[in-house]
Amino acid sequence: MASIQVKTAARPASLVLGQIKFLAAGLYFGFVLVKAEVLSWYRIQEMFRFQTFHMYGVIGTAVLVAALSLWLLRRFKVKTFDSQDISLKPKAPTYFRYISGGILFGLGWALTGACPGPIAALIGTGSSVFLVVLASAVAGTWLYGILRPKLPH
Amino acid sequence: MNAMSVLHYLQEPWPWYIAGPLIGLTVPLLLLLGNKDFGVSSNLRHMCSALGSKARFFSYDWRKEGAWNLLFFLGICLGAFVAGVLLANPEGLSVAQSTTQSLSTLGITTNGHLAPDIFSWAGLFSLKGLLLMIGGGLLIGFGTAYAGGCTSGHSILGLANFQLPSLVATLGFFIGGLVSTHFLLPFIFKL
Repeated sequence: MASIQVKTAARPASLVLGQIKFLAAGLYFGFVLVKAEVLSWYRIQEMFRFQTFHMYGVIGTAVLVAALSLWLLRRFKVKTFDSQDISLKPKAPTYFRYISGGILFGLGWALTGACPGPIAALIGTGSSVFLVVLASAVAGTWLYGILRPKLPH
Repeated sequence: MNAMSVLHYLQEPWPWYIAGPLIGLTVPLLLLLGNKDFGVSSNLRHMCSALGSKARFFSYDWRKEGAWNLLFFLGICLGAFVAGVLLANPEGLSVAQSTTQSLSTLGITTNGHLAPDIFSWAGLFSLKGLLLMIGGGLLIGFGTAYAGGCTSGHSILGLANFQLPSLVATLGFFIGGLVSTHFLLPFIFKL
């Protein structure tokens, strides 16, 4: 019992330190988002007007490489760098929430020209007004949290 | 390759067949680093939880569940700073001719930046700006929470993991995007 308590007490600092690697992963992802230009409102317009292949190519090859990686990780039963099992949680198989939530998010995606990753990236490039977009996105999630018990899923 | 050509390659935008696979590699990277599912929109939920929202949806230990994801989010900001400010593309953004034309009929000009001029603090205090940024933001937050994921979690990780729900969500993203582009944007920009 005592040892468990010591563990929890030591948690906050070590929790952040142990997870700094995810900051590095974000740094990598943010760098690529900018170089792919997928954080541009104009690129999103090109996609939804079917006028360039760029976004389709980016998303398509990203899915392909991710799928191939998942296959390899499973095929060779690869463990995490600290020897934990790798497992993906399946998404709950109810469909109303995915189509209705998906449409609402899609509406916002084309208005702002940014999905959540690119919002973070745009803030990083110095487009400080996207802090307002982030704040209203947080407000939107907050609103969902309140209405959730009343919404069909 | 000398140093100048490396610098040049880091400054210019990357084609889809380089950038796409590199984005896809984020999925195994996060799994290898700590068995984490690639996703960004969960951060909106963690932020609500951290801000003390009392709804049941936010009643969990955000430090335990979300610390890694919030650090990932912060990392995205930093990586974008390095790529977009320190190694900025000196040419500016070029937009397809056809898109430039379509947008000009709505009175939107291509400015070499990532987004039109309305996406600025001055633009925020106009009806258009409010609808685009506040309205758009609310829809993003509400929609991703409702759908349980965004482009990262559903359209990349979910599709790569052959999840039917993610295909349905991605279809929804696309329907919404098409409606915004072809009906809402022309309406908003005529205001």
